[in-house]
Amino acid sequence: MEVLRIDHIEQTYQAKNGEVAALKDISFHIDKGQFFSLVGPSGCGKSTLMSIIAGLLTPSGGQVLIGGEPVTGISPRIGYMLQKDNLLEWRTIRQNVLFGLEIRHQLTEKNIDHADQLLKTYGLYEFRDKYPSQISGGMRQRAALIRTLAVCPDILLLDEAFSALDYQTRLEVTEDVYQILKREQVTTLMVTHDIPECISMSDFVVILTARPATVREILPITFDIPTRTPLSCRNSPQFSAYFDHIWRELECHEP
Amino acid sequence: MSRKITPTLSPQRRLYLKTEKRRRQRVLFTQIGILVLFIGWWEIAARVGLIDSFIFSQPSRILDTYLNMAQNGLLTHIGVTVFETLTGFLLGAVTGTVLAVLLWWSPFASKVSEPYLVVLNSLPKIALGPIIIIIAGAGTRAIVVMALAISLIVTVLEMLGGFHRTDPEFIRMAETFGASRAQIFFKIVFPYNVSTLFNSLKINIGLSLVGVIAGEFLVSKAGLGYLIVYGGQVFKLDLVMASVIILSVVAALMYEAVSLLQKLTVSRIEHS
Ligand SMILES: Nc1ncnc2c1ncn2[C@@H]1O[C@H](COP(=O)(O)OP(=O)(O)OP(=O)(O)O)[C@@H](O)[C@H]1O
Ligand SMILES: [Mg+2]
Repeated sequence: MEVLRIDHIEQTYQAKNGEVAALKDISFHIDKGQFFSLVGPSGCGKSTLMSIIAGLLTPSGGQVLIGGEPVTGISPRIGYMLQKDNLLEWRTIRQNVLFGLEIRHQLTEKNIDHADQLLKTYGLYEFRDKYPSQISGGMRQRAALIRTLAVCPDILLLDEAFSALDYQTRLEVTEDVYQILKREQVTTLMVTHDIPECISMSDFVVILTARPATVREILPITFDIPTRTPLSCRNSPQFSAYFDHIWRELECHEP
Repeated sequence: MSRKITPTLSPQRRLYLKTEKRRRQRVLFTQIGILVLFIGWWEIAARVGLIDSFIFSQPSRILDTYLNMAQNGLLTHIGVTVFETLTGFLLGAVTGTVLAVLLWWSPFASKVSEPYLVVLNSLPKIALGPIIIIIAGAGTRAIVVMALAISLIVTVLEMLGGFHRTDPEFIRMAETFGASRAQIFFKIVFPYNVSTLFNSLKINIGLSLVGVIAGEFLVSKAGLGYLIVYGGQVFKLDLVMASVIILSVVAALMYEAVSLLQKLTVSRIEHS
C-alpha cells in the first residue's frame, strides 16, 4: 500500500545573490513499511527534499502526498529526526522523550505508557531521570529516536541521523534502529553519506544526481539471506556488488 | 542530591587537598591583611598629620559616624536607597524582558527598533536627569525612573541577544513536531536563556544602584546619594566616607543575593 508519494517536486531557492536550483522534477513513492535511502553528492538537495516532505518548506513546484492527501504544513503523520539529537539539556531523558507529545497536546495516559514502553524496550528506562549530558552518545541518539517514535508517525525521516556517532556506536545504533523500525512497521526515508549503511538497511536506494538534483536511479536491494539484519548482510557477496554499483553511479556525477 | 561518600583517601589526594586548602587560606589571609594594613596606615597617617583628616576623614571618625547612626538617620537613608534600587531593578528587569520577548516575537519590530536601541544604549542616561525630574517630579518617582532608564535598554539588548542566539537546531526540532511560536518561546527559547537572564540581572542590580545614586544627587532629598552630596556641601567628609563604604557593602550584598538566587534556580533545574 502506497504511503508516501513525491510528485514532480521542484525547488528553487531565492537568495540575495541570485537563484539556486536545488531540486528538479523528483518523483518516487514508498509503500508501507519499506525502508528507502536517499544518496547523492553533497549539497545536491537531500535535506531540502526532507524539509519539503516534512512540511517545513513549501516547494516551488509539485506536491507531496501522504496516504493520497497533499501535504500542506507540518504533517502529524511524519516524524523527522535531524542529524543532531537536540535533546534539551534542562529536561530529563523521559521529559525529552515526551517533548513531541507535549507540543502536540497528546500527553494522554495511553501515549505516555507507549513512550515508557519504548524506553523499556530500547534500554533507556533506567536512565529516564538522567539528564542528556549524563548518558552516552549512542543512548542520546536512541532517546532522540524514541522522542520521534513516541508521536506514532506513519513515516519516519532520518537526515544523517547517525553521522555524529563514532563507528562502533553507529553500527550498534543502526542495528537497534533497524529492529525497532521493522517491529513498529514504520515507513522510513533515510539520508546518508555512508554507502555501506544505506545498503545494509534499505529496501530501495534512491540515487540523486548533483545539483539540481534529479532521480538517477531507484535501486532495489535484496539479499538471499533468511533473516536479514544490517550486520549479517554486510558479509553477503551481493553487498560489495551493490557497493560498487552505487559508488560508480555517484562518482560519475562528482565534478 | 548526591550522597557524600567518604572513602579512604590516597596519600596523594590528601596532600593535594591540603595544599589546595593552604593556598586558599593564604589568599584570604593576604586579602584581610591588605585591608587591615590600609585602615591602620590611614588612621596613623591622619593622627600624625601626614594626611589632612578634614579632607580624607579617618577610620575612627567614620566608626563614630556609624555608632551615632540613630542620630544622623543613616539607617533611614540606607533603607531609602535600597528600596529605590530594588524598585528600579525589578521594574527594569520585568519591563526589559517583556520588551525583549515582544521584539523576539516580531522580527519586523526587532529590525525597525535596531538603530533606536543602539542610540539609546550609547546615550548617557544621566543627561536625561533634568527632563526626568520635570516629568516625574523631584522625588522618589524620578529616582526610580532614573534607575529604570539606566538599566532598561541594557536588559532589552542582553535578553534579545540571548533569545537570538538560541540554538536554531533546537527550534527546528520543535518545528518538526509542529510547535507554535508561543511553544517555541516557552519550551525552548526561554529555558535556553535562563543563564542569560541571570547575567543580565547581575548587571542590572549594579546599574540600578548607579541610577539611584545619580537620581539622589539630583533630587537631593534622602538616600545615600543625598547623604554624600550633603556631606560634601557641609564638609562633613566622615559622613561621605561612611556613606561610600555602606554603598559598596549594599552593592556587594545585592549582587550576592542575585548570585544566590541563580545558584538555587540552576540547581533546581538541573537536579530536580
Ligand atoms: N535557505 C536556503 N537559501 C538558499 N540556498 C539554500 C538554502 N538552503 C539550501 N540551499 C542550497 O541548496 C542546495 C541544497 O542544499 P541541501 O542542504 O538540501 O543539500 P544536501 O544534499 O542536504 O547537502 P549535504 O550533503 O551537505 O547535507 C545547496 O547548494 C545549498 O547551498
Ligand atoms: Mg543535508
